[in-house]
Amino acid sequence: MRSEPLVPRNSFGESAPVSTFTIILIVIAIGLAGAVMAYRRSRALVGKDGVKMHSRPTYHASFVACWGIIPALLTLAVWLIVSPIVISTNVSASFPEGVLADSQLTEGLAYGIVESIGTGLQVLPGDERATITDATPVADVTALLRDRGIPTASAATDWMVPLAIQLNSMQIWSRWAMTLVVFVVAVAGAFWAYRQIAPRLRARNNVERIVNGALIAASSIAIMTTVGIVFSMLFETIDFFSRISPAEFFFGTSWEPRFSNVGSSGNAGSFGFIPLLAGTLYIGAVAMLIAVPIGLFAAIYMAEYADNRTRSIVKPLLEVLAGIPTIVYGFFALITVGPFLRDLSAEISGLATGNYVSFIEAQSVLTAGLVMAIMLIPFVSSLSDDIITSVPTSLRDGSLGLGATRSETIKRVILPAALPGIVSALLLTASRAIGETMIVVLAAGVAANLTLNPFEPMTTITVKIVAQLTGDLEFNTPQTLVAFALGMTLFVITLGLNVYALYIVRKYKEQYE
Amino acid sequence: MSDATANGIADTAAGRKPRRDIGIKKRYAAERRFKAYGIIAIAIGLSFLVMLMWSIFSKGYTAFWQTEIRVPITFSEEVLGTAEQANESQTKLLMANYPQLARDGLVQLLGINPDDKKAVSAANGLISSGTRVALRDIVMNDLSVIGRTEDVWLYASSELDSALKGQYDLSVEESRRPISDLQLQYIQKLQQAGAIEQRFNWGLFTSGASSRAETAGVGVAIIGSLYMMGIVLVLALPIGVAASIYLEEFAPKNRFTDLIEVNINNLAAVPSIVFGLLGLAVFINWFGLPRSAALVGGLVLTLMTLPTIIIATRAALRAVPPSIRAAALGLGASKNQTVFHHVLPLAMPGILTGTIIGLAQALGETAPLLLIGMVAFVADYPSTPLDPSTALPVQIYMWANEAERAFVERTSGAIIILLGFLAIMNVSAILLRRRFERRW
Repeated sequence: MRSEPLVPRNSFGESAPVSTFTIILIVIAIGLAGAVMAYRRSRALVGKDGVKMHSRPTYHASFVACWGIIPALLTLAVWLIVSPIVISTNVSASFPEGVLADSQLTEGLAYGIVESIGTGLQVLPGDERATITDATPVADVTALLRDRGIPTASAATDWMVPLAIQLNSMQIWSRWAMTLVVFVVAVAGAFWAYRQIAPRLRARNNVERIVNGALIAASSIAIMTTVGIVFSMLFETIDFFSRISPAEFFFGTSWEPRFSNVGSSGNAGSFGFIPLLAGTLYIGAVAMLIAVPIGLFAAIYMAEYADNRTRSIVKPLLEVLAGIPTIVYGFFALITVGPFLRDLSAEISGLATGNYVSFIEAQSVLTAGLVMAIMLIPFVSSLSDDIITSVPTSLRDGSLGLGATRSETIKRVILPAALPGIVSALLLTASRAIGETMIVVLAAGVAANLTLNPFEPMTTITVKIVAQLTGDLEFNTPQTLVAFALGMTLFVITLGLNVYALYIVRKYKEQYE
Repeated sequence: MSDATANGIADTAAGRKPRRDIGIKKRYAAERRFKAYGIIAIAIGLSFLVMLMWSIFSKGYTAFWQTEIRVPITFSEEVLGTAEQANESQTKLLMANYPQLARDGLVQLLGINPDDKKAVSAANGLISSGTRVALRDIVMNDLSVIGRTEDVWLYASSELDSALKGQYDLSVEESRRPISDLQLQYIQKLQQAGAIEQRFNWGLFTSGASSRAETAGVGVAIIGSLYMMGIVLVLALPIGVAASIYLEEFAPKNRFTDLIEVNINNLAAVPSIVFGLLGLAVFINWFGLPRSAALVGGLVLTLMTLPTIIIATRAALRAVPPSIRAAALGLGASKNQTVFHHVLPLAMPGILTGTIIGLAQALGETAPLLLIGMVAFVADYPSTPLDPSTALPVQIYMWANEAERAFVERTSGAIIILLGFLAIMNVSAILLRRRFERRW
């Protein structure tokens, strides 16, 4: 083992003689230094013997900087990805024969314990760590670690100690080697590029090619995000369906996941998706039922009747509603709307029957739907507004010229012409209603009811995702994995709505061009 | 125009025999009704806005004031130990019974018999138990205070605070309200002595999470949010601008670029909670980044904001007239030089406006942050983006779940602060657009 004191493992997961961040900074510094030298050299070449440079000095400088920084950082990235894999296969390969067969541990679990012992060892002060050798029994190690407040798995056994020490030394060796290699690559790259500087060097074209590559990489991030979303959820969803059958999930009518012991899947409770879907659609439908007429009429008025002054005041004011964070709506529902509806229903029933009982609960489908509708109004109105104003004036003039009133023109000519656009706007709004989280978390309730009564609480897909994933969680239980299955379903539903909306918009665009 | 023709018909009709009824009246009535629907719809929309704002502000403005009581505190050596002892070891000072000092001071101020347990505990209920930290800080900062008696403004308990702000109905039976008749007497006594005051609540802006409403604040959450906004700005702005430049200026029209475009449009409409799941699975589970760290929150919000920034940037780039590009290319600039030296600077105001709006959207986002563990009780300022932290909207969410009356006020206050930030960002985006926007 190395004798120099180690910096404690930082949160990135590496024991760091030189932290990754420092390495990156130094590499950038090397690149910049190279750039300054290249600039000087390039300036010195200009005008000597009447040579004309192909590229300006700044391009030579950027050329050297690129060669200094990019290969080094790529090396760093590859090393950081590959080295843990190499180390773990190496360590796993030196597990003593047959130990895994004797215990109930899988290879992955055993490696996890070895790793945690290794991490613990790094936190120990140098003198205590020096007392631990390959022959130290594991009990002593765990005792030392417990004094520092580091828990270790009870399944740790004696043969893991030497492996943990081996793991640590390999990690440290890898760090030092990486630091060295990265610096060498940086200096070599910059030096090579510096030597290239000559009047005929096409530095600008080179740099521009690199820039273009960077631009393409940046635009691929959008694709990578989608791929990331799909795959991250897909793996966990498949894992979930290997424990709970898809039929049970998609057609079950009872949602009662129990937070019970890990591993015993028979005791995991029931994961019926139907009540959540019903709640999501019901609340979304109530919200759309309120928001669509209001939003649509507001849009029609603003596009067809309002003068410019009114429009310039009302439109931004309505859009303020769209800029308010949904958590604020949720709080509004929880504190103001819910209690108001509850008290109102008590008054109504009191007037009707003399019995002051509230038939609307504070958390209910109606509360959530109403507040969500407030949030959706500006979406409906500004999307429809844009679509209505984009209907050609000639259609409007033709209809008015034939003697139709404005409202007849709107109803018979403009709305039919704008219909595809409006339908797509409504689809987008619906997808927002289905994916909305904070309002329903605070206003809809958590009980997975299957009911038709809008005055009772129901729950939604998003509420359950939040409920399953907040707090302490262990990743390998159906209780947490179900959140990914729910997320995947939600993603597929909203994606379907969005794609269909885009499809309608594309088709609609062709009609007027 | 249609009015004029309608009148013309009516005039000529009056002279001759009455014309066949073509339902003009009915049609005009329908027209008026239709117009009224529009006005009603707008009125409903705006009244929702007013109700929302009124509800938040009427409940929340009091959160910016906090009731404090002036109590003569005797920093007795009995409780604290002598200054010499404190110089040697601070343990005693750290562990000392500060609430006792506050209680003794208040008992003395109210002239209660110290042996009357009921009266003493009623009086003690008036001051916040958060005084421990406040008094300890005074002593730790200045040891010479030991042995002296000084007037100190202490936070009142949240019950007293709420009572003075009129949030309790004091007319109901004593057992049904959180503040007793005896305590009300004490409050009157203190008011007569001028020892109770409503002061501006700086703690709301500087403190962290606390289980006591009077010492809870959004300071720590604001720092967490600032870290995340910084990360979003540093990552999303360059990546978004680069992607837009490629798509708008360089991309050939082929399947790949088509795919990217469809993707971006879709990502803009993916529910935000899905980004939270992505963050949990990828950043925390695969990359092993720590839970509840501002870094993870920033990364998730970056991915969420990217489509907004890209869409705004592309619009800004498209608004730069082609003649600029033609001129630059004609003078011998390369394609890259044209874009980076001429088009991009001209599009900058539009890009910045879009970025600010994207940032505002990210600042108010809550759902994805819940999934990556930011629902955490964080009382200390995070010193790096890797430390556990929380965000302003998440803090609001956590307070919204507290039952105590005083937390409703705090939550509304925090919402006002959040809306204030958003208003500043949006107004500056509008001003930026007005100031720098060019019409070609």
